[in-house]
Parts: sequence; structure tokens; C-alpha cells
Amino acid sequence: MSLLSAVVGLADDALVLGHRLSEWCGKAPFLEEDLAMANTALDLLGRARLLYGHAEKLGGSNEDEYAFLRDAPDFTNLLIYELPASDFATAYARQLLIDVFDELYFDALQGSQDDTLAGIAAKSYKEAVYHVRHSSAWLLRLGDGTDESHARMQQALEDVWGYHLELFENPSADVSLVANGALPDRAVLKAAWSERVRELVERATLTVPAGNWSVAGGRTGVHTEHLGFLLAEMQHLPRTYPGVNW
Amino acid sequence: MAEIQVDVQARRFQERIDAEVRIEPKDWMPDAYRKTLIRQISQHAHSEIIGMQPEGGWITRAPSLRRKLILLSKVQDEGGHGLYLYSAAETLGASRASMIDALHSGRAKYSSIFNYPALTWADIGAIGWLVDSAAIVNQVPLQRCSFGPYARAMVRICKEESFHQRQGYEIMYTLATGSADQKAMAQDALNRWWWPSLMMFGPSDADSAHSSQSMAWKIKRFSNDELRQKFIDQAVPQADILGLEVPDTELAWDEQTQHYRYGAIDWDEFNRVVRGDGPCNRQRLAEHKRVHEAGAWVREAVVAYDRKHQDQSDV
Ligand SMILES: [Fe+2]
Ligand SMILES: [Fe+2]
Repeated sequence: MSLLSAVVGLADDALVLGHRLSEWCGKAPFLEEDLAMANTALDLLGRARLLYGHAEKLGGSNEDEYAFLRDAPDFTNLLIYELPASDFATAYARQLLIDVFDELYFDALQGSQDDTLAGIAAKSYKEAVYHVRHSSAWLLRLGDGTDESHARMQQALEDVWGYHLELFENPSADVSLVANGALPDRAVLKAAWSERVRELVERATLTVPAGNWSVAGGRTGVHTEHLGFLLAEMQHLPRTYPGVNW
Repeated sequence: MAEIQVDVQARRFQERIDAEVRIEPKDWMPDAYRKTLIRQISQHAHSEIIGMQPEGGWITRAPSLRRKLILLSKVQDEGGHGLYLYSAAETLGASRASMIDALHSGRAKYSSIFNYPALTWADIGAIGWLVDSAAIVNQVPLQRCSFGPYARAMVRICKEESFHQRQGYEIMYTLATGSADQKAMAQDALNRWWWPSLMMFGPSDADSAHSSQSMAWKIKRFSNDELRQKFIDQAVPQADILGLEVPDTELAWDEQTQHYRYGAIDWDEFNRVVRGDGPCNRQRLAEHKRVHEAGAWVREAVVAYDRKHQDQSDV
């Protein structure tokens, strides 16, 4: 049961962030970047589908029931994934923090005792390596670009910073899964993450936020107000026409 | 003397075209040929980009994860088409900034079809099925266009368009064979998209401003009416399979010509939309400008960053 909920949590993370990135389609600052953001969104949505598929085999629902027929309190994605980001700096501040985490996390998850999860992790790890390359290039260009872009990127880092600590919490339900090697220990990844992020932020001539605030609650279904709006938009068709094929 | 020189070049140019030799960016070409191509290719590029808006608006509302992924990659493809086409126009000396400026100032047009709204999910099916089909019919002959970069861009683009058409038709098929509500949604979308799709081929041959010179230059190989007929002949049997009704009371198979006869196209509506009075003209252009302006600080940062790091590597 708890492996199922852990897999659904990872799937929700990927779905919600993939959805946020898909909101950028046609809206990026230039065409090449538009295609790049869509690529990342496609990777994440693809990952969500693999993970929901695994959840179904573990006795859960199907992917569309998970995505379209649950209300916000039943989603267990971490808050950082659901934050709105219609500003380019915010989108990439959030993306960088998550991409660096994903690279570490999926690298570790490749060693999972659960073969399916290990396989999904191997694919996700390769994608994450590429995502970090892209988001850190944006951190550098915006941090070390113009005064305006520097100020915007610094502000964006400050705005999302308080949401990163949740990435390193092991939900109580996962403790035995970590112990038996199905899942990596999130807390252990924090030191490497902090070091990598600090190095990138400083190279971009930016300052690591002071970090004296944090918000959490996603894994237990206590979300930001933003998730409800995301779901209202995403779910409206299957909710209006229940029980049909699309 | 100089005039004779130009005459000789112009004659050689036409001989190469007649012999089906591809013209490449560095080759001599008449100014009017260059201008015609810049106009056509940039407007084609703008159409791909503006066309991302009606479909892009449904990515966050797609009704299944599978559909969401397919639609996102479809719309991403259209962005890629825009990119190939801007690059092809750049080989003729037009900069991307100048082309975007021409779009914003209204000097450059884009396909009128994208001035119609995508109101329901079935519109995503109808756009893929009809609009991408019409695009394929238009673009297949352009793979043999006399200008090399445009022809090669078309080869890449046509490969992707057939996937677009299939995903659209599959949406229509699912709806048309689904619940009563879904079938009604599909019929309504066909009703709204059918005539604008026929208008995508442009005015009737008798009224077409640019056709005959473009034919001589082998930029265009079939007339607007020939292409429109080809599209109708393909689409009508597809509508029959869906069990949907094409909204044209005069539509009938003609045994003698082996083509469908069709009713009169409302060219007043076409002209109105081209002039700027379609349902979404203002919205589409305003959105393109808004996005472009919102991204200005990012593009400036890229330039500033590159300049700084260029200087550093010079040291
Ligand atoms: Fe296209
Ligand atoms: Fe297309």
C-alpha cells in the first residue's frame, strides 16, 4: 500500500509540473525556447504516465482517474511543483531547484529494489541531466545578464526558496520503503543538492537566499490555493461529460 | 550594357527554373522573385506561429493524459515549422526581427483560418483533421518549389503534418462514435470549420492576385481551385465515415468529372476576415505582441550575457 502511495506522489509531482510547463507553450520569450520548454513538459508528462501506469499495476486506479477525477486534497505532489510561474524567471528558479533535485533523486532511485521504479528512474535520470543543463544555463544568463534580469532572477529565487525543504522530507509512510531499499532517503540528498545549487547560484553572480522560511504539506494533501485552479482548468471536460472516452 | 546583362541573367534564371534546377540562396535571382518568396515564406511562418494559439489554449484542458501529450507535441511541431520557415526566409536576407515587426504592424498576413475561435474540444479534432489536411494539400506541391530552402523545409514539415491530420481525425472519430453530446460537439465543430477550411486555398483562380507569375517561377504548381477540389474530394468521404454531415446542401458527387460539386463560397466573409474583421484577428495579434514584449527583458539578458562572455574569451 505505501509503495503505491509513494509512486502516486512521484507521479503527481511530474504531472503538476508538466502541466505548469505546458502553460508556456506559445508564450516563451523566443521560438527556440518555446520548443525547449515543451520538451521538458513532454518529459514530465511522459514520466507521470509511466508512474501512474505503475501505480495501476500496484492496485491503484488508471492514469486518467488519478489526473482528472481527484480533488486537490487527494493530490500528493509537493508544493514547489504546483506553484504558478507565468514569469520566466520564476519558472526557471523553480525549475533549477527541482532539476538539481531530480538528477540526484533519480540517480539514487535507479538502485530501487522495485524493478519497474528503477527502470522509470533510469529514463528520468537521463532527462534530468539534460534539464539541469538547460535550467542552469538560464540561471547563468539571467543572473549575469542585465541589471533587470539579475534583479528578477534574485527575486524569483527568494520567492520559491521556502518550498525547497519539502523535497528532502521522507513522508512517514515511506520510512519502511527507504529502509528496505525501494526508495532513496531524501534527507541524505540535501547536502549534495545545497552544494550544487550554491555553486550554480554564485557562478550566476546571485546570492543564495537566507532561507529563514519554509512551507510544506503537499504529501499530506494540504496544498497552496493555486492547485485548485489548476485542477479546475485541467479537469473540466471529464467532469462535465463523465464516463465517456476521449 | 548593364541592362543586357540583367536580361541575360533573367533568361538564364528562367531556363534553370524550366529545367527544374533548384535555386539556392547564393544564386542570382530577380528582385521580384526574392520579394515574392520572402512574403510567402514569412507569411507561412507566421501562420504556423499564430496557429499555435487556438490549439495551444486547449493543452491545459485536454481531456486525457494521452491527448494532452499528443496535443502538446503537435503544437510544439507547429512552432518547429515556424522556425524552419523563418530560417528559410532568412537565407533570402530577411531578419527574424523584421519579419515579426511586419506581422505586428499588419504589413504581413497569416492564414485567415486562425482568426476563427477554438470553442470546444471537438474544434481540436476539426482543426487537426481539416486545417492540417488543407495544409498538406497546399504543402505537398511546395516540396518541389523552385527555391531550395523552402522546398527542403516543406519535406520536413509534410512528414509531421500527416501525424497532425491523423490525431485530429482520431479525435473526431472518437467523438462521432461516442455519446450523443460528443457527436453533437463534433458536428458543431465541422459546421464551423468546413467553410473556413475551403477558404484556406485562397480566392478563386479568376480573382487570384499572385498566381500566374508564381506558376511561371514554379513557386506554385497548382491553382487555388485545383487544390481546393483535391481537399474536398479527400475530406467528404472522411466525413461520411464519421457519420457527420458536411454543411453544404449543394455538395454532390459528379460522375462525369469524378469530383464533388460544392456550393458557393462566401467570399465576402473571406475578405472581411482577411481585412481584419474576423472573430479573433485582434485577439491573435494582441497576444503575439504581448508575449513578444513580455519576453523582451529575457532576450536582452541573453545578448548582454553573450557580450560579457565574448569579451572574457577575447581577453
Ligand atoms: Fe505546421
Ligand atoms: Fe500541422
